[in-house]
Amino acid sequence: MVGQILFIIVAAITLLMALGTVVARNLFHAALFLVGVFFGIAVLFIMLEAEFLGAAQIIIYIGAIATLIVFAIMLSKNVMGKEAGAYNRQWYLAMGGVVFFFLLMGWLLIQMPFAQVSAEVPADAISQIGQGFVGHFVVPFEVASVLLLVALVGAIMLARERNS
Amino acid sequence: MDLRAIGESFIAWLQGLGIPDGWVLFINWLVGSVLILGLALTLALALIWLERKLAGRIQDRLGPNRVGPYGLIQPIADALKLLTKEDITPAEADRITYNLAPIIAVFHVLMLFAVIPFADQVVGANINVGVLYLMAFGALGTMAMLMAGWASRNKYALLGGFRVVAQLLSYEIPIALVMMIPVLLVGSLNLNDIASGQGGLFGLGWFVWIMPAAFLLYFIAALAEGERAPFDLLEAESEIVAGYNIEYSAMKFAWFYLAFFLNTWILSAIATTLFLGGWQGPFVDKIPALGVVYFFAKTFFMFFLFAWVRATFPRLRIDQMMAFCWKVLVPMGLALLLGAAIIVKMGAEMSWPGYMTNVLLLVMNIVVLLVMLSLLGRYTRTLSETKNKRLFAPELPRL
Repeated sequence: MVGQILFIIVAAITLLMALGTVVARNLFHAALFLVGVFFGIAVLFIMLEAEFLGAAQIIIYIGAIATLIVFAIMLSKNVMGKEAGAYNRQWYLAMGGVVFFFLLMGWLLIQMPFAQVSAEVPADAISQIGQGFVGHFVVPFEVASVLLLVALVGAIMLARERNS
Repeated sequence: MDLRAIGESFIAWLQGLGIPDGWVLFINWLVGSVLILGLALTLALALIWLERKLAGRIQDRLGPNRVGPYGLIQPIADALKLLTKEDITPAEADRITYNLAPIIAVFHVLMLFAVIPFADQVVGANINVGVLYLMAFGALGTMAMLMAGWASRNKYALLGGFRVVAQLLSYEIPIALVMMIPVLLVGSLNLNDIASGQGGLFGLGWFVWIMPAAFLLYFIAALAEGERAPFDLLEAESEIVAGYNIEYSAMKFAWFYLAFFLNTWILSAIATTLFLGGWQGPFVDKIPALGVVYFFAKTFFMFFLFAWVRATFPRLRIDQMMAFCWKVLVPMGLALLLGAAIIVKMGAEMSWPGYMTNVLLLVMNIVVLLVMLSLLGRYTRTLSETKNKRLFAPELPRL
């Protein structure tokens, strides 16, 4: 009961933040709303007793990704200005796409038969995650890190000074 | 006297009053939170006095000595002064973000207090992902400073905001790498487990003895994470006036000041828990309450080291600081983590005796440290040679 009320409150705040991300007139505000969304999702993870995912959500999405987004915005033009309006008028096309995607996802989620698991979280969930990373899922895990490495090398190649 | 027993008897007393279990839990957690908050805010007053007095004595000054004996009441007088000062908000400031920034700055540090084990099992929230939690909420501080820097609509504040990202995000990498080493050695992310894994003969089980290079690396990176000299580029007065908090006055400035001191103390507490054995000490298994004494003694010792460095060293240049992080600390942290992982795994596979693993870890640490020092020595030598060779071509080799 209490859990459900808390869930509704947190979910509502997260959705409001998500709405704010889309409609904010100011890029920096949009980024801050995005941080709010990430934080709300982390809280939802923690309410599901997935502490590891909650902490990882904050580290990766708020600590790294959102901070870099904000940094990129601060390096953009007119950062001290109050508002940055849209540069084109494609918002209704985008909205149509989003509504279509939402309906598609909703339909899929209703159709999908989710596996029922016991509500108990195993005590050694974290070590199981760790063993999963280097055991059963070692190939996707390593491929993801190679992908990040390639992106890193590519970024350095692009940004490098060419002194002949 | 067992601190855990006090908590349990408190719960039993509440249940004896006929309060339902859910409310007992709620009241218990409320009391715990209020205790930790009170501790944190009282600590801040003590820390401000301590740091000023220490810096004063180290720099051959007297430090605060007017208000109260030895100037002990000085922080309270300062707080009262800040409370009564005019609260100025720049006309162009982004109100909500501007006011939210100091709140988040203090909030993220106070959240960190929740997982610090003050004695065996005496911890606000004994969660299984303690170390990850520390990193997560540590990262939130960057966001608060960025918000402050942007919302003030001041050029210097914005420059301070840029420096926040450059410095804190970069130094988070080596600090995260070395924080993983005690996790590897104990095999748990729980901070209480990490502290209790360092027992042994009169502190010989502390990880600082077998991983001295990792401890040194943590200490250097923590100086940068805590915005302390020689890495206090965020508020370099001579370059960007005061950095991200330049437009803040009165209590809003006080919040940033508070967050700064509590952050340093938390970094000391993390160092104590991860490397100095936390609450471990002689006779702590007989009298658990001694753990609190040991924990605070070690943490204040670490705080003293931080204050000592801050009072002694001049500020680095920003390119030097960034180069030092990416070209010295990150490779060193990677080498240490990799070496520790290999040695611990080999020890477990070949069932070496415990001391063998420890000796190998110590040797690995010393080797990494020596290689790093010799590389740095060679770099400085070439630097001075090139300087002497061509005085009129100021192109120096890069680190």
